[in-house]
Amino acid sequence: MTDPSEPTTARSFEDLLGDCVHCGFCLPTCPTHVLWGQEMDSPRGRIHLMAQTHDDVLTEAAVGHFDNCLGCLACVTACPSGVAYDALIEHTRIRVEEEHDRPLPERALRGAIFALFPHRRRLRLLRGPLRAYQASGASSLVRRSGLLERVSPALATMERVAPPLSARPPALPERVPAVGRVRARVGMPLGCVQDAFFPEVNTATARVLAMEGCDVVIPRDQGCCGSLSGHAGRGAEAAGFAKALIACFERADVERIVVNSAGCGSGMRHTDRVLAEAGEDESWVRRGRAFAAKVVDLSEFLVELGPVAERHPIPLHAVYHDACHLSHGQGVTRQPRALLAAIPELRVSDLPDAEICCGSAGVYNLLKPEPARELGDRKAADAASTGADLLVSGNPGCSLQIASALDRAGTPMAVTHTARLLDASLRGLPVERLLRP
Amino acid sequence: MTETAHPIPAAVAALVPRLRRICGGDGVLTDASRRRVYESDGLTRHRAVPGVVVLPTTAEQVTAVVRLCAETGVPFVPRGAGTGLSAGALPHPEGVLLSTSRMRRIIEVDPDNECAVVEPGVANLDVSRAAAPYGLYYAPDPSSQQVCSVGGNVAENSGGAHCLKYGFTVDHVRGLDVVTPQGALLRLGGKAPDAPGHDLIGAFVGSEGTLGIATRITVGLTRLPERTVTLLSAFTSMDAGGRAVSAIIAAGVLPSAIEMMDALAIEAAEAAVACDYPAGAACVLIVELDGPAVEVEAELAEVVRLCASAGAFETRTAADADERARIWKGRKSAFAAVGRISPAYIVQDGVVPRTALPEVLRRITELSAESGIRVANVFHAGDGNLHPLVLFDDAEPGAAERAEEVSGAILDLCVEHGGSITGEHGVGVDKACKMPRMYSPDDLETFDLFRRALDPRGIANPDKLLPTPRLCGEVPGVRRGAHPLVESGEAEQF
Repeated sequence: MTDPSEPTTARSFEDLLGDCVHCGFCLPTCPTHVLWGQEMDSPRGRIHLMAQTHDDVLTEAAVGHFDNCLGCLACVTACPSGVAYDALIEHTRIRVEEEHDRPLPERALRGAIFALFPHRRRLRLLRGPLRAYQASGASSLVRRSGLLERVSPALATMERVAPPLSARPPALPERVPAVGRVRARVGMPLGCVQDAFFPEVNTATARVLAMEGCDVVIPRDQGCCGSLSGHAGRGAEAAGFAKALIACFERADVERIVVNSAGCGSGMRHTDRVLAEAGEDESWVRRGRAFAAKVVDLSEFLVELGPVAERHPIPLHAVYHDACHLSHGQGVTRQPRALLAAIPELRVSDLPDAEICCGSAGVYNLLKPEPARELGDRKAADAASTGADLLVSGNPGCSLQIASALDRAGTPMAVTHTARLLDASLRGLPVERLLRP
Repeated sequence: MTETAHPIPAAVAALVPRLRRICGGDGVLTDASRRRVYESDGLTRHRAVPGVVVLPTTAEQVTAVVRLCAETGVPFVPRGAGTGLSAGALPHPEGVLLSTSRMRRIIEVDPDNECAVVEPGVANLDVSRAAAPYGLYYAPDPSSQQVCSVGGNVAENSGGAHCLKYGFTVDHVRGLDVVTPQGALLRLGGKAPDAPGHDLIGAFVGSEGTLGIATRITVGLTRLPERTVTLLSAFTSMDAGGRAVSAIIAAGVLPSAIEMMDALAIEAAEAAVACDYPAGAACVLIVELDGPAVEVEAELAEVVRLCASAGAFETRTAADADERARIWKGRKSAFAAVGRISPAYIVQDGVVPRTALPEVLRRITELSAESGIRVANVFHAGDGNLHPLVLFDDAEPGAAERAEEVSGAILDLCVEHGGSITGEHGVGVDKACKMPRMYSPDDLETFDLFRRALDPRGIANPDKLLPTPRLCGEVPGVRRGAHPLVESGEAEQF
């Protein structure tokens, strides 16, 4: 008999497939099933396709439906039988990348994306030209013309979701000392997208951690965690990134590794599985497991630590958006809400259909711009229906995606990160600072 | 899987171009791997790859597809969310599988007339969500309510935990647009609660797709009760729990639900959703009371007292919606949660008169002990609707057959004790051959006459609901030869 409580690394793919009893409880929370209403684009249908192709060739059709999956993992939350869809789709994606011959333009697009996004420095280099481009007013001209849309929908999405960039805050030092008594020594990964597009979120995170009594170690030689690659089936690439980051944080000698980007945290939490999938030896898998055990989301960590710094009022109405890789990927839903609830005068609402993905999903909005846009529009409409002043999320991808959808809909709602709201409350900043894009 | 493994039958292939014209290119699935995904509903023991799958978006498309089938004699099978547990939506290998999964519009919520008009693919729970702002909800609540479709509920006459007080789907459907197997579009009933003439809504609800497809459904909505309390009572034996149920009903209390779970079902639910039921319970009873606050308070005190005197060792009352949801979570997840404690299982569905419950449960325990097959029990105790979950390991040779035997023997027990072979999951393919255990050949013949009146060519969900010689062999099937009424010239068979 199988025991679903065993770690998924210890069980075969076939065995994991067998956990699905075909009950269909995953259907209503699957974003592609919500959009298209067909079985092949539901988790239950994809699991069926995985079983069909397990001992057979990967059909073009099956690959298409695997690619359509956003990897939001809402189905993992919804599943009463504990099916490890996360492990199943990850394994399947690796197989697709290894065995399936993608058409050239698609290969080129994927190649370009992964030559850019997991590389902090390359992304940072983009900031300069991007700011100049936005400041020149060419941006609105390009959008109106629809030219980019015709040339490459992926490029058009990239252009659209790029946030208005302000001057970059000063770089964080390698160590931010705790304010007052030291309560913990933590490591802080910067993330690639977070660091390039939302450096102020990282600054806020370090400041909040320090104000709550943490010595924050920010290794300068850190790279990408590999989650973006891992979630896209680039197993070896993901393992390579992961190993470098493990070694980096081993040297940092920290108690916990506090992550402020849900997509990164969700991947880092099962680094051992990523390494095992890529065929790394047992000693690396063990190191990966030890590393993963230290990984914690910022909100989870702060609730666990308990507050010491004083919270100042923020008289605003915020709506909290559950990033899929925080709620479904890491089971963190209560903690961010608890943190926000502790801010005086801040009113916090929930989104309708909160469990449905916003369409960002790592690089999904670049690979599948159309469904991503549709999901983004739904999320923006849901956000608007709450009448909130700002939307709070724990993931940079979601922030980019939702801000772009709100902008498209003409909804004047600011988008920010839990860390920035906390930072503002701890420092008693005026609320205007949060509402400014 | 390669196309050659599941070729499209010629008769179906001939329809494909016309189906594409009706439903659009992306509304017709012909590729073998895509068709295979539809090979079963929630009951995976029965599988068949459909000849073609269509995904219509409007009633006009449904009508056109059915007319095409009627014209060519190609069978069609309607499918909702594919959560059924009697293989009622098992595809026909030489037919069209018509999925309503894209017909998901809530056309209207009419709070003044306390009703909603929906398309068949709308999920049951979404009706309640849409009605909630008006203080209303849709009462029938199958355990799969967040996913199962209203159209599927109509076909199966679905019930749920609360049908003890509020009744089944049939008690809430006021109007139906139905495409008959001959392609006629009928409008039955409307927003008003009753319509004169033959109760065709009553006949259609629960017909399992054999009389056509509902394309628009008007359901009555129920006012949300002023107060709802849920109570969880734990016992050291099923007998004690059963005594509590009888005592509650005898006292004249009508809870909206009385649910019972045994130790094995509790174990599964704990493993799946950590519902935190009292440790050491051999039986838990979930009792829900709703209505005016004063009445509910009085009934609550009474139920707590009755449970205690029946031997409850712990009783919890849910104070708020969160706690209520937690109590229900264990129960609602129980079917699928059994996957945590057993590689495979059969969900059985039978009914016994409430008074026969203790006796039948004892016999099920004996059956389980004799066969070495574990049986978990989850059921709607208030109305005697049993859901034994028969657990087995499908990797073990012969285990499936033994489980099947135990499962069948449980149904025999139900019939012996004056009950029925299904409470709410329907007959489908799964129990078609068991119909003769409940009905005489004349009864079955009458059903068949009615079915043929609307579907003379037998193309609407064939081989479901009624036994056929092809499915069940000659013996338990319907009578051969003329019906006595036909023979005597009193009726005509078409």
